[in-house]
Amino acid sequence: MEQVDEQEGRDASAMAVDDPWYDATASGRGEEAGGAPGGGRPDAVPRQRVHSTAEIYLEVQRSPAFQEVRGRYRRFVFPATLAFLLWYLAYVVAATAAPGLMARPVAGAVNVAMVAGLGQFLTTFLLTWAYARHARLRRDRAALELRWDTQEMTRGVVQP
Amino acid sequence: MTGDHQTLALVLFSAFVAVTLGITTWVSRHRQGSAEEFYAGGRLFSPLENGFAIAGDYMSAASFLGISGLIALYGYDGMLYSVGFLVAWLVVLLLVAELVRNCGRFTLADVVAARMAERPVRIAAGTSSVAVSVLYLVAQMVGAGSLVALLLGGSSEAARSWTVVGVGALMVIYVSLGGMRATTWIQIVKAVLLMAGTIALTVLVLLRFHGDVNSLLSTAAERSGHGMDFLAPGLRYGGDWTARLDFISLGLALVLGTAGLPHILSRFYTVPTARAARRSVVWSIGLIGSFYLMTIVLGFGAAALIGPGEVRASNASGNTAVPLLALDLGGGAGSTGGTVLFAIVAAVAFATILAVVAGITLASSASVAHDLYSSLRRRHAKQYSEVTVARVAAAGIGAAAIGLGLLARDLNVAFLVGLAFAVAASANLPVLLYSLFWRKFTTRGAVWSVYGGLIPAVLLVLVSPVVSGGPESLFPGVDFHLFPLQNPGVVSIPLGFLAGWIGTVTSPEPPDEARHAETEVRALTGAGAA
Repeated sequence: MEQVDEQEGRDASAMAVDDPWYDATASGRGEEAGGAPGGGRPDAVPRQRVHSTAEIYLEVQRSPAFQEVRGRYRRFVFPATLAFLLWYLAYVVAATAAPGLMARPVAGAVNVAMVAGLGQFLTTFLLTWAYARHARLRRDRAALELRWDTQEMTRGVVQP
Repeated sequence: MTGDHQTLALVLFSAFVAVTLGITTWVSRHRQGSAEEFYAGGRLFSPLENGFAIAGDYMSAASFLGISGLIALYGYDGMLYSVGFLVAWLVVLLLVAELVRNCGRFTLADVVAARMAERPVRIAAGTSSVAVSVLYLVAQMVGAGSLVALLLGGSSEAARSWTVVGVGALMVIYVSLGGMRATTWIQIVKAVLLMAGTIALTVLVLLRFHGDVNSLLSTAAERSGHGMDFLAPGLRYGGDWTARLDFISLGLALVLGTAGLPHILSRFYTVPTARAARRSVVWSIGLIGSFYLMTIVLGFGAAALIGPGEVRASNASGNTAVPLLALDLGGGAGSTGGTVLFAIVAAVAFATILAVVAGITLASSASVAHDLYSSLRRRHAKQYSEVTVARVAAAGIGAAAIGLGLLARDLNVAFLVGLAFAVAASANLPVLLYSLFWRKFTTRGAVWSVYGGLIPAVLLVLVSPVVSGGPESLFPGVDFHLFPLQNPGVVSIPLGFLAGWIGTVTSPEPPDEARHAETEVRALTGAGAA
């Protein structure tokens, strides 16, 4: 972990003088993440010694922990958005272009259109529940850890 | 409508105004005058409170009276609106709420400016936010004027004008004195009143039919004179293919516009974290969804118990269906129950309008002060604090809305709302989604996507049958309409996305990788969030 390239090493040694607290945290965590990539805390951002907030954010963005959070988020919301938009468009187009189909009775006074309309309400409620659950169980904890890590790294960095 | 209704309704109106003014005074006693306090209410509202406030911000009188009225007149076709208004919240929940909470401070432009050249982007996003807000505000003011006049029986021009002026003055007082904190509490109170009123009426309708929804629907269909066609789409938007395409255009604007409404986006800044923003949207989806489900019952209930003929005789666009239904459910005209229920419905509708206009005024004053004033101010001019500018801007926007509301008082309210949604979906949504999700997005792309959505949307409306060439147009005498649809969404929304893409790929400067990294990390983790 200490064998970072020369540029960053030089910057980091300058940092250490400016901010010993930052340095202590960074090297401590850095050993943990760098020394045991599989066995240590898997979410930790591998710390390299960086000197500006821009570099810190780039660093965090490239870290596997962040990629994992982003992947989990995108793998849920992109397909889900596509699905509900298509289902809604299909509903609107069917209501305007195929009223005959929509008027077909299902049970009593209830017809296909009524079932489809209430189905839109139902799928909206279900997807809301599923998204909230997914975010709570699969994303919140990892995102919060990244947040503290990132804020810890950016604390004490002089804004350019 | 008899004198009793009016007196009781006026008493309830005054009570609501007194309560809201009390809230405003109470809140402004503890005012610190910081921007954080004025625009975001200190960011310490709970998800439950914010969920109610979002619902109170979103459910306008157009929803409460307009959609039920459309269902009472046209049956199923009225329901299409409710579905669009609800599904739109999935876009907000999945793609926008949390990320916007994490990246921005007060406005939409904050999110975009985080990774772009600040000045041009702020001017563009600020302009489109103000445009959307003013359109939406005018719609609400016009609605307020005709509604209150209608409910109080005085359909004279003077009564309508004074209502518009009164509503405008009240909203300026709420916003410039109480800021976001007062606005939020007014919206919460309104949401509770609206939900309670709607639940009570729905229960009464269902009791009348002994809980048998099937018999409610059959009675409505029978009484409508259209038979089972009343329960299927096509009565209102059937017609020729232009009318059908127009409806698809409206549907698209409704579902994509909500996520671009500035007054909705600014609500996410009133909670401390992205998680709280998510939980408030979950609350509001629950509230808004159950509200729209109940308006369906009320609409069909009005069709079954009052009949579309009588509703249309009272008001051609159906806005009085729910008040008439309340009168009938309470025991009919002249009875005490009917009088009380009618007055309550009228007061709830009035509360609804006040809460919605306050939210929009606050959001647009934030855009003026935080985005436009700070970017356009001359460098050596005298500096005023941003909150002072925002308070003055609220008064200016109030005056503008009163003026436009008086000018546009004969325009159809539903059309104005549809137009505001179309502009929000064309100008605000593309730039927001590109900023949050597209790595290569550049400043030029951002500016082009805002103007590329805003300008076509406005131009297409100017050359649409809404403005000229039809009997119901703004200028019925002349005809310069070139575009067949009333709602520009189906053309202008893709144009907004396209312009953003073209602007980005033709951009001479490369995208700023570091600031994109910062935006992405902050959006998804909340690091460094305000």
